[in-house]
Amino acid sequence: MARQINVALIGNPNTGKTSVFNRLTGLNQQVGNYPGITVEKKQGVCKLDRGLKAHIIDLPGTYSLNASSLDENVVIELLLNKNDKDFPDVAIVVADVENLKRNLLLFTQIKDLGIPAILAINMADRMKRKAISVDIAALEERLETKVVLVSSRKNEGFDTLKELVINHTTLSTKPCVNASVIAPEYFGRLKKAFPNQDLYKLWLVITQDVNFGKLERGELNTIATFQTESKSNLKRLQQKETIARYQFINGVLKETLTIDTANAKDFRSRLDRILTHKVWGYAIFFGILMLIFQVIFDWSSYPMDFIDSSFASLSEWVKNTLPPGDFTNLLAEGIISGLGGIIIFIPQIAFLFLFIAILEESGYMSRVVFLMDRIMRRFGLSGKSVVPLVSGTACAIPAIMATRNIESWKERLITILVTPFTTCSARLPVYLIIIALVIPEQRVLGIFSLQGLTLMFLYLLGFGAAIFSAWLLNKFLNIRSKTFFVVEMPNYKVPMFKNVAITVIEKTKSFVLGAGKIILAISIILWVLASYGPGDFNNASAIVMQEESSNSLSEEELETKIAAFKLEKSYIGIMGKAIEPAVQPLGYDWKIGIAIVSSFAAREVFVGTLATIYSVGSEEEETIKNRMAAEVNPVLGTPRFNFASGVSLLLFYAFAMQCMSTLAVVKRETNSWKWPMWQLIAMSAIAYVVALGAYQFLK
Amino acid sequence: MLTIAHLKRGQRAIIKSFEVENVPLKLLEMGCLPGNEVMVVQQAPFRDPLYLNINGSHLAIRKETAALIEIELL
Ligand SMILES: Nc1nc2c(ncn2[C@@H]2O[C@H](COP(=O)(O)OP(=O)(O)O)[C@@H](O)[C@H]2O)c(=O)[nH]1
Ligand SMILES: [Mg+2]
Repeated sequence: MARQINVALIGNPNTGKTSVFNRLTGLNQQVGNYPGITVEKKQGVCKLDRGLKAHIIDLPGTYSLNASSLDENVVIELLLNKNDKDFPDVAIVVADVENLKRNLLLFTQIKDLGIPAILAINMADRMKRKAISVDIAALEERLETKVVLVSSRKNEGFDTLKELVINHTTLSTKPCVNASVIAPEYFGRLKKAFPNQDLYKLWLVITQDVNFGKLERGELNTIATFQTESKSNLKRLQQKETIARYQFINGVLKETLTIDTANAKDFRSRLDRILTHKVWGYAIFFGILMLIFQVIFDWSSYPMDFIDSSFASLSEWVKNTLPPGDFTNLLAEGIISGLGGIIIFIPQIAFLFLFIAILEESGYMSRVVFLMDRIMRRFGLSGKSVVPLVSGTACAIPAIMATRNIESWKERLITILVTPFTTCSARLPVYLIIIALVIPEQRVLGIFSLQGLTLMFLYLLGFGAAIFSAWLLNKFLNIRSKTFFVVEMPNYKVPMFKNVAITVIEKTKSFVLGAGKIILAISIILWVLASYGPGDFNNASAIVMQEESSNSLSEEELETKIAAFKLEKSYIGIMGKAIEPAVQPLGYDWKIGIAIVSSFAAREVFVGTLATIYSVGSEEEETIKNRMAAEVNPVLGTPRFNFASGVSLLLFYAFAMQCMSTLAVVKRETNSWKWPMWQLIAMSAIAYVVALGAYQFLK
Repeated sequence: MLTIAHLKRGQRAIIKSFEVENVPLKLLEMGCLPGNEVMVVQQAPFRDPLYLNINGSHLAIRKETAALIEIELL
């Protein structure tokens, strides 16, 4: 077996850690979570040579080893814990050549911890244009480590980087800045109290803000109580430390880095003048959102129609080819219909993740944060809440995780509580099918499709609901927390194809697998409940034939009647009938009621559930949409999915909290069941009332 | 007291001093330290937040934070 070493990628946000990671590991990577918290953990394997493999972790971006968020805390926890199985044998500190000064701050801290650290200066492809030159040999000498210029974009420098990783044992671990220069007297006392500990490590543990939950400090636990200085004194010392580090760095860079500042008026400031403009900035942002929704609706319809019809034929093929029996029925009616109901949404979900990845990658998202901060603050949110709210259109789970960089707890909590109102991709299946059924296929002003506009309206409604409830929460939540707000405005970049592709593939895959499992399980349960029943169910044909004996029905009509009777008397029919009184005022029948109940597990189950319920017992396979369109309301004789009940359903799904995974994440992020339970109750109540009002008004 | 919040777009200044306790550490780490140069790159409506270039770092902070950091015009 090949020997394996641990390599950690560390660096400021936006220096290209993930790009370097993607270059080193390719698709050979997994995304998971750190145990107990929901910080995304990316790890992968890279073959070095001589039977040596590197296990690489892409750590969250951090500006220093003084954590001010959960994300950053992950980095410090790992670096302080020698017993962690991921503790790095060598750290690759990724720096951006255009921000070398600031990036080196973190580098010096890591080196001072005694961890062998290679400095990988990324974005080397931009040096020429920016007239930057770095004296690598001199830099290596001053920092006492190995330095390599890489370009993830051009795939340059990676052989050298791998070479350095292989030879990591030769790296010096001498500190750059001696910690005790910060405050000789204080550090002297520290040394006396803990003679066997590394001073800088002690200092880091003492100064960590411990607001991030229970931390695994192991042996270091005891010293967290060593507090000989007041909090404000400690902060003053931290400032001194920062100044000392910058002094060292300025000295180093003076000899090793030259920048020709002649071309100061660059691309960046020209673009910023438009994109963060008081008027154009907002207009462009709105335009981009509009474009995204049009594209999601228009472009995805082609692959979706194809998938839809393929699944219908597959199901029919299975029925006709396999020997008839329970298993064939389960496969054709339960599993294939259920899965078809989710796979059809892959195109849209992929498009959505594609746009979000591009907005993030290009650096535009930070401009949106800047533009929106003041407005969002009115509602008790932060400019940084825009990112969760926009990524909430993909999925609330990563969106809620993305709130971790909001510094104020109150702003963060409100963002977490309102994010599930934004239209996540799991709502999309429901919206699309209902819109297709009840909104006419027309164009407005010749270009915008009415269906697309309806969809856009639903997205706006989601944002509106989020903002309005944030405003209410801000009024009524009595939480005092210090607010501060610092956002880096990164350089504009043309998104790298590889990064975007990997993000889209990863996220779509995990969405489909996650949802797929639930849907598969639910379709099987539903199929069983719909295919069996007590009492009358088993004598269905006899009963119906007797009832209908006076009417002369054709064979076919009789079959349909029997199937409908069976469905009503099946277990699921009995359950559905029991809840029907609750959903009838909203314009739904018991079948929709069942679909709604099962979608409390996950919204996207709705379509699959209806597909399963409807296809049970029906002879020919129809596409779900046609089958839904044909469904009639037996009392009124009108289509079941008409304008009134359709709008009522759309509104119900817009507001209801139907996602167990989101509730679980909220619980983890807020550390209590109180908030997710409130969310569940309040959102479901709002959904019910709004849907009720809409149906009663429109019918 | 003249602070970053008073700066107009494109104006440059030197950071003089501030009460360390009020300013987030992260801001210091990003280069907001006495002696460094600061410039306002852009202002959002109502001059809040401010998009700054401090010592080569581009970052945005709120007006209330900017008002805590004393400067000297260049
Ligand atoms: N020009 C250039 N851009 C790069 C390079 N590496 C990464 N980027 C871009 O820098 C941005 C941030 O990259 P990312 O890997 O997400 O950084 P992270 O936040 O450190 O993980 C993205 O827009 C990348 O496309 C590079 O070598 N050259
Ligand atoms: Mg990254």
